[in-house]
Parts: sequence; structure tokens; C-alpha cells
Amino acid sequence: MRIQEADFDVGAELTALRAGDARVGALASFVGLVRDSNDGAGVAKMTLEHYPGMTEKALDAIVAEAKGRWNIYAALVIHRVGPLRPCDQIVLVAVTSAHRGEAFAACEFIMDYLKTRAPFWKREVRSDGARWVDARETDDAAAARWEG
Amino acid sequence: MSVRILYFASLREALGVPGETVDLPPGVVTVGGLRDWLAGQGRARLASARNLRCAVNQDMAGSDTAVRDGDEVAFFPPVTGG
Repeated sequence: MRIQEADFDVGAELTALRAGDARVGALASFVGLVRDSNDGAGVAKMTLEHYPGMTEKALDAIVAEAKGRWNIYAALVIHRVGPLRPCDQIVLVAVTSAHRGEAFAACEFIMDYLKTRAPFWKREVRSDGARWVDARETDDAAAARWEG
Repeated sequence: MSVRILYFASLREALGVPGETVDLPPGVVTVGGLRDWLAGQGRARLASARNLRCAVNQDMAGSDTAVRDGDEVAFFPPVTGG
């Protein structure tokens, strides 16, 4: 798990995650990107703030929970902070397992929990001014699917 | 009892400070009590902000979570990463 300002190379990260592990039959990944619009307004740039210390703790707990729920081998989360622009990569989640079902599910679970439990905040500079992004109820609903 | 308070994102911006160390009076022993007390100390935004979240020692916490001497208590809006 890494929190960093720098961009990341998806191909290199995925190759490294599964390197030398012949048990792996599936590698599922998700890349989150900065869009150029949100709620109908153009987005020129954004800044991602986080809570150093808690971010790492929260992501570690989410990955540990995924490993408890599914039979997966390795899981990687890279999340960028600081200034970002449209088309930039924000986050990479990748999971290896023997079969695709567990890799897909664990990858989606980690992403859904990250969206609602990891302390990151986006501040957008849009055509109608700068604003902190509001949390979405759809993200809460997505995370709630994994409970109960 | 002394606790370290941290504010993030829109809440930090509204309050104009990233955090503060406060000495709590006897009787302020929970997150909810701390929030009410801070609101009465000029941090009114803590009372008016909707859906405010809290963490104690970097774990998500609720209003009833205990606050102890030396704790790090953070208040922030719902998270929007990913």
C-alpha cells in the first residue's frame, strides 16, 4: 500500500505484484482517473488531501478484511495525493488469486470500502469555482452491499 | 486532560486551523461531548456541519466513543477519495 504524489506505472505494478507466484491464475485491477467534469461543471484541476497515518491504517485494515473474506494471494493499493488534472491516474487497486471470481470480488470490495472509509478528500477547481467534493450516497450503498 | 484535535478538508478550511491541543474540563469524556464543548469554545462549525465524521487515534469513532488523556481526535467531512 502506498500513498504518493507521483504517478504510477500500472503495467510495472501489475507485473511486480504477481512476479514469481505460479499459484496466481487471476489478476484483477481497477484504475481510478480524474474526469474533466463533475455534476455538470467542467473540472480544470483538483487537489487530494488525506490524513497521514490514518490513511495507511485504514487501507491496511481494508486489505486485511479482503484477505479474510476471499482466498486471495496479494493485494496492492496505490493512491495519489496532491495536485491532479483531468486524465491523471488517482488510484490503483490490484488483487491476485487462483481464479477470477475471488480476484474480481476482492478488488471491487477494496475499492468500495476505500471510497467510504479511507480518509481522502477531493477539492475541485471547476468552471463555477473551487469546491470540496460532496460524498455520494451511491458510494455508501456500494459499500453496504458487502455487509450483513 | 489534554487531547490533540485535528481538522480536515472543508472543516479545516472553515475553521481556519489544521488542529489544536486542548485541555478538557472534567465531564468531557466522549467524542460527542468533545464536539459540543469545542463548538461552545468558538468552533461553532462543529455544531452546524452536517454528517461530520470523527476518528480517535486514527480509528473511525462514534459519538459515544471514549476520549482519554493524550488521544488524537480528528473531525472531518465524509471521505471522497478513490
